[in-house]
Amino acid sequence: MLCVEAQAQLGAFSLDVALETPAATCLTLAGPSGAGKSSVLRITAGLVRPQHGRVVCGDEVWLDTAAGIDRPPERRRCGVVFQDYALFPTLSGWQNVAYPLRGLHRRERRRRALALLERFGAAHLADAHPHTMSGGERQRVAVARALAREPAALLLDEPLSALDARTRAAAARELAAVLGDAGVPTLLVTHDFAEAALLGTRVGVIDGGRVVQVGTAAELAAAPASAFVADFTGATVLTGTAHAAADGLTLVALDGGGQVVSTDPGHGPVAVSVYPWEISVQAPDAPRGGSAQNHLPVEVVSVTSVGNRVRIGMAAPQPLAAEITGMAAHELGLAAGARAVASWKATATRLVAR
Amino acid sequence: MSRRGWFGLVLVAALALVLCFLILPVVAIFVDTSPSELVSSLGEPGAREALRLSLVCTAISVAIIVVVGTPAAYLLATRRFRGRATIVTLIELPLVLPPAVAGIGLLAALGPNGLLGGLLDDAGIRLVLTTAGVIVALTFVAAPFYLRQAQSAFEALDPTWLDASRTLGASQARTFLRIAIPSAGSGLVSGLALAWGRALGEFGATLMFAGSFRGITQTVPLAIYERFSSDFTGALALSAVLVAVSAALLLAVKLLSGSTALGRAVR
Repeated sequence: MLCVEAQAQLGAFSLDVALETPAATCLTLAGPSGAGKSSVLRITAGLVRPQHGRVVCGDEVWLDTAAGIDRPPERRRCGVVFQDYALFPTLSGWQNVAYPLRGLHRRERRRRALALLERFGAAHLADAHPHTMSGGERQRVAVARALAREPAALLLDEPLSALDARTRAAAARELAAVLGDAGVPTLLVTHDFAEAALLGTRVGVIDGGRVVQVGTAAELAAAPASAFVADFTGATVLTGTAHAAADGLTLVALDGGGQVVSTDPGHGPVAVSVYPWEISVQAPDAPRGGSAQNHLPVEVVSVTSVGNRVRIGMAAPQPLAAEITGMAAHELGLAAGARAVASWKATATRLVAR
Repeated sequence: MSRRGWFGLVLVAALALVLCFLILPVVAIFVDTSPSELVSSLGEPGAREALRLSLVCTAISVAIIVVVGTPAAYLLATRRFRGRATIVTLIELPLVLPPAVAGIGLLAALGPNGLLGGLLDDAGIRLVLTTAGVIVALTFVAAPFYLRQAQSAFEALDPTWLDASRTLGASQARTFLRIAIPSAGSGLVSGLALAWGRALGEFGATLMFAGSFRGITQTVPLAIYERFSSDFTGALALSAVLVAVSAALLLAVKLLSGSTALGRAVR
């Protein structure tokens, strides 16, 4: 179990977090840049000292400002994978991995480093220098190096962000397997919710130096605790004012016009979140059949291909996005400036108080 | 002729002019010195003495500069603290100090009647007009060249390398020795070459502070100056030797650290 509690004033930025990660699980910290994610890792590793805080890993106390305990980074047994991997440029692949192995004969250090590199499919990088390696190769060496010291906790800072889109998916799957095998508590920082969902046992959404919500990715997507979490998980967020309606439903008058109903309770100013894939788009004169309760007249603002789908940006007049197939978009003749109706079910409409 | 064409010619002409002007005196020294003169002037004990003194004194002063200057530059490059900018400026001051002023300053500080003169006298240390004084003068004048270069070499390091080293179990000292110094290596070596070159050519401060006594404080530049009025051929021959030694030093550095370091050293 890794417990991190910290209150820190870093310049104009204030951080106040408390996190727990059981052994053999990975907590991903997700949030926009500048949210304080990396600061949490640096505090855990001992590279930044918070004004108040406690870091406990298993039965070792690494930091306790109240008790005057502050172990230096070299005595914290943290395996850290840095954002740009931070491989030492003057050392070869195996020398990088062997750097933390001390008090051993050179041949034994090389043997162990090679075994680790082999485990990550990077044996061929043993004698290569970092500047000749690709991003993916550097990542493997960096992960091998972080594990060489048999760390009590693993910390990874945006481990995939330095990779190109083509290698990222494969690297993410490999990394997920490595984290599963490592058997130690892991903190992983990312700004990408999909990555957080893939790699983390649980996801903590962090914003403005505070942990907004912690849960499984599915929990966060299904019941976002705030408009920020909803937006971060990929939902569109509309603002409005809620009041109770008939049948136990909630009616929300949207700012700027239009109204929607939701099965969530709510009263007063609320944020309405709905996922783009829950929204269907129809021609303005189409009959309003089906089970959808919400129908908003919209103007199409943009039509963007995303893989095998098309993302339709709309003004309702608040911004709204729908994801539909290219064929549907073509049949509806959707293009910027076209009029349409966006529909979705009241049960797909999440409300959170603002 | 196109506009680009004549401008290209202007650039080439400017470079040619610069090259001629800078190289001509060096070429002249060798053209005016016949090999036999070179050999005979080196055979003179005074010249050999000066050369030996120059090499020994510059080597000791560069060693002092590197041993003390490297950690000092690392501190300036990796920590932010109040007064840092002032310290950096103070360290660079000797760069713009005229050598004669440096000599007067050293006398005022370390001379018999200087600020620390009493202290040194009590400790039985005499610097003025001694070989130790030469080393002090060379160190004073050459140190900023190394410090500046070393500081920027350390500043160019990715700070996460140093963080990574700490998280991999290395103490601050080990991180400094195993990661920072090797990674900044080429910059440090080029700083060393600059400082050594400056020390080899040092004249004014040495003359003012240590004097010009054969075998004790007379380095090659001082020996050249002494011969200049009476024995111009001898002065030329010694100059040729100094040029050769300096060039050999620069070449050694180039071989040691690759052409990038030389590029920085020349900048």
